[in-house]
Amino acid sequence: MQVNRRQFFKLCAGGMAGSTIATLGLLPEKAMADVRSYKLMRASETRNTCPYCSVGCGILMYSLGDGAKNAKSEIFHIEGDPDHPVNRGALCPKGAGLVDFIHSPNRLKYPEVREAGSNEWKRLSWDEAFTRIAKHVKQDRDANFIEKNADGVTVNRWLSTGFLAASASSNEAGWLTHKFTRSLGMLAVDNQARV
Amino acid sequence: MTNHWVDIKNANLIVVMGGNAAEAHPVGFRWAIEAKTRNKAKLLVIDPRFTRTASVADFYAPIRTGTDITLLSGVIRYLLETGKYNKEYTLAYTNAALLVHPDFSFEDGLFSGYDADKRKYDKSTWAYQLDEKGMAKRDDTLSDPRCVINLLKQHVSRYTADVVANICGTPKEAFQAICEHLAETSAPDKTTSFLYALGWTQHSIGAQNIRTMAMIQLLLGNMGMAGGGINALRGHSNIQGLTDLGLLTTNLPGYMTMPSEKEPTLDSYLTKYTSKPLADGQMNYWQNYPKFFVSFMKSMWGDKATADNNWGYDLLPKWDKGYDVLQYFELMHQGKVNGYFCQGFNPVASFPNKNKIVESLSRLKFLVIMDPLTTETSTFWQNHGEQNDVKTADIKTEVFRLPTTCFAEEDGSIVNSGRWLQWHWKGAEGPGQALTDPQILAGIFLKLKAMYAKDGGTFPDAINSLSWAYGDPHEPKPEELAKELNGKALADLPDPKNPGQFLAKKGELLPGFALLQADGSTASGCWIFAGSWTQAGNQMARRDNSDPSGLGNTLGWAWAWPANRRILYNRASCKPDGTPWDKKRTLIKWNGEKWVGVDVPDFKADEPPGSAMGPFIMQAEGLGRLFALDKMAEGPFPEHYEPFETPLGTNPLHPKVISNPAARLFKGDKEQLGQHQQFPYAATTYRLTEHFHYWTKHARLNAIMQPEQFVEIGEELAREKGIAHGDLVKVSSKRGYIKAKAVVTKRIKALKVNGQLVHHVGVPIHWGFEGLTKKGFIANTLTPFVGDANTQTPEFKSFLVNVEKA
Ligand code: SF4
Ligand code: SF4
Repeated sequence: MQVNRRQFFKLCAGGMAGSTIATLGLLPEKAMADVRSYKLMRASETRNTCPYCSVGCGILMYSLGDGAKNAKSEIFHIEGDPDHPVNRGALCPKGAGLVDFIHSPNRLKYPEVREAGSNEWKRLSWDEAFTRIAKHVKQDRDANFIEKNADGVTVNRWLSTGFLAASASSNEAGWLTHKFTRSLGMLAVDNQARV
Repeated sequence: MTNHWVDIKNANLIVVMGGNAAEAHPVGFRWAIEAKTRNKAKLLVIDPRFTRTASVADFYAPIRTGTDITLLSGVIRYLLETGKYNKEYTLAYTNAALLVHPDFSFEDGLFSGYDADKRKYDKSTWAYQLDEKGMAKRDDTLSDPRCVINLLKQHVSRYTADVVANICGTPKEAFQAICEHLAETSAPDKTTSFLYALGWTQHSIGAQNIRTMAMIQLLLGNMGMAGGGINALRGHSNIQGLTDLGLLTTNLPGYMTMPSEKEPTLDSYLTKYTSKPLADGQMNYWQNYPKFFVSFMKSMWGDKATADNNWGYDLLPKWDKGYDVLQYFELMHQGKVNGYFCQGFNPVASFPNKNKIVESLSRLKFLVIMDPLTTETSTFWQNHGEQNDVKTADIKTEVFRLPTTCFAEEDGSIVNSGRWLQWHWKGAEGPGQALTDPQILAGIFLKLKAMYAKDGGTFPDAINSLSWAYGDPHEPKPEELAKELNGKALADLPDPKNPGQFLAKKGELLPGFALLQADGSTASGCWIFAGSWTQAGNQMARRDNSDPSGLGNTLGWAWAWPANRRILYNRASCKPDGTPWDKKRTLIKWNGEKWVGVDVPDFKADEPPGSAMGPFIMQAEGLGRLFALDKMAEGPFPEHYEPFETPLGTNPLHPKVISNPAARLFKGDKEQLGQHQQFPYAATTYRLTEHFHYWTKHARLNAIMQPEQFVEIGEELAREKGIAHGDLVKVSSKRGYIKAKAVVTKRIKALKVNGQLVHHVGVPIHWGFEGLTKKGFIANTLTPFVGDANTQTPEFKSFLVNVEKA
């Protein structure tokens, strides 16, 4: 059986090794015997973009889970998208570690609060978090919002709270961030492009 | 980038300066190697360190950090004095022949109009001479001494090879070679591609570093050409997009400007920003400003934006000054800020003078963190010994930490440095209770809106007027938001050329920004994104990678702003008469009726060759600017100013004006600047191949590859200080210290500068007190709190330190 590059990826269970070998162009002439269904064969493939640098390498994410309502799919392997015109299947050492970002033990899982002066995190529900934050926002905005400047010009600005927007969040999240901050009257809005 | 990653392969010369693509943008850098192997291109690297990019270069030259303008101005001098520049291009496509205001001058380091008390310029003389109609005067014979090019010649005449060697520490022969390599690409069929990144932006003269290079590209005739252009590699995956969307203090989407209090009415605002022509027959595309602005307002406020209320003009905040992050943290430090949101951003690690940042955050009432990972900003109140020595109990800031999904757990688009909007798909659910950013913003916003409805409060009008037409208000979907950004027709849009026909029917998604109107009949959140999601579907999700021309413009892959154009200013790839400068690089051509080609023409489609219209269609005179008019803070021509912390303690060109005279410096920060007697070494920060900023220290594979903090010093300095490879050293600046392992290397050499020896210290940035790596110090403990005069980007790349064995 001849395998093409794609099938070879699917036969190759080892994450980094698979990508590297394929990048070097070492494709096997003969495939291994199909003794059982390989993990990659059962995987769903999802296209995404490396979130690190702005080369914007295309990636393929492989996950298990059949998409049933209660089955949570989990990404177990990521490699470069061979169809992508910029990276043509390659990833650098940053992108090659992406699956470890998704599964980092330092991922945050629950809303938490650190109270004034406290030395610990305390869990709270989303509803509590939203309510408490909205109260802070309202109190500060109501107290410090400037409707007119000294010359009587309508300025409708709120300077005592600021917002630092992201560097890797999507345009769609960015647009909602713009709507959110500007409708509150915020001017202290900046993003990673500043630094 | 004016061009894009794959296009780098078309270059004949690649200059990497102010960047280190092999390590910071490894896969993109493959296209530079492709140019070398397929196109016999030469790769030239100019950097204080012999980087991995340098290791595969044809030619490497060292340079002292912070002196790029000197070297590049020397190149301009060489090109102008030897006549090795593209004269036809320069005359036709730049403002070389235009006449400058008679009172414009430059003397002893200062341009005309300087106000020392305000540290600002009155820029009224930084202008053209105008005729009775208000159009710029020109002299095509170039004999008038006030021609831009003659003033430029005079300005750069000081930058001789000796001056370059003396200031930059770059050997004269190396500088000569750089000049000759660049000059070769003034031939119409040769191009240079400059690749740069934060090594140019993160200086108090960052914007002028880039400008000097852009001027070289104009003189060489490389703008608009395949294999040419100016190519900002950009630091993060979507800072391009988030900047496009106006997420900067005084910006609006699509590079519009937020109104200030000096424009109290819509009329005064539109009059200010609607561009008036400076030459006859120009496209002057910013004359369409009202269409972009009104369409943006319709997206923001929906039906609440009407002609009667000036499209909701009073609902937008009006600024008195910019609140960039340096300004804002200064206010926070003074105790004038109560609340702060950090969305996927880690200022404790990313901003200069980490101790000042931590002090500032400690003075907040509340801090909201939205992030997929544990950041040092979220735990700034924890004591981590020497690495974060705070008194937890004294810090009264309430900190909310909200878990967000990451890229793999959401749909959406991000913009790479080639301006490609690429759509991505969700592959799994986020961990635990993580929510997407839109869900979190919606959660807070809807709560707040309900509180205002119930209890009233200050100016709820803008909150109540914000358009929120999402199927599930608690979960605005990426498709809904993307369509809002693209924009739609709010009424039938009649076709002026075909009466009875319509360009778009009411409710249809717009095919592009050409249809935008200033009368409220269109909406578009970000005009440059118009065309990204049309009636034909999601253009950002397209995956046709075919490249019929072989030049790499895969027009069917994703979607590039503006209008799916891959190479900006591509009209300049043809001579004024319409023939290409280089047949092999034909991007567009005139077919007798209109411009067509392998790229989307960046020009008025039916404007025939030979007309007066210039290729730089966003400019009021249609020309590339060798003289920047009033667009820059510190001068219309670039000038060498030393970093705010200079190892020389002087500026050899003008000792009275040492550093950027227009840069902003807060009082407390001025006191925290070090002098070379105490802190003698020139330091610079940078990234490594294996890490991305402060994120990958949380990813196991990357943490294994580079587990421990280090700094790099040259062999001469190590000998002088008795430091051996692997020793623990203490690196200190006026603002604090870090401790790290010393890597003693041949790759950093002492440079002879202005009669003294300057040593560089290299400080990779990737460690902190959180993560899976060994704990480390925040590198930005060392860096100074001063920014570029135009962008306020901090001077991370040039500051002073001392080094001792710890
Ligand atoms: S080196 Fe390769 S073959 Fe050897 S044990 Fe490790 S994974 Fe297996
Ligand atoms: S894989 Fe590497 S080069 Fe590609 S986008 Fe990610 S960080 Fe950049």
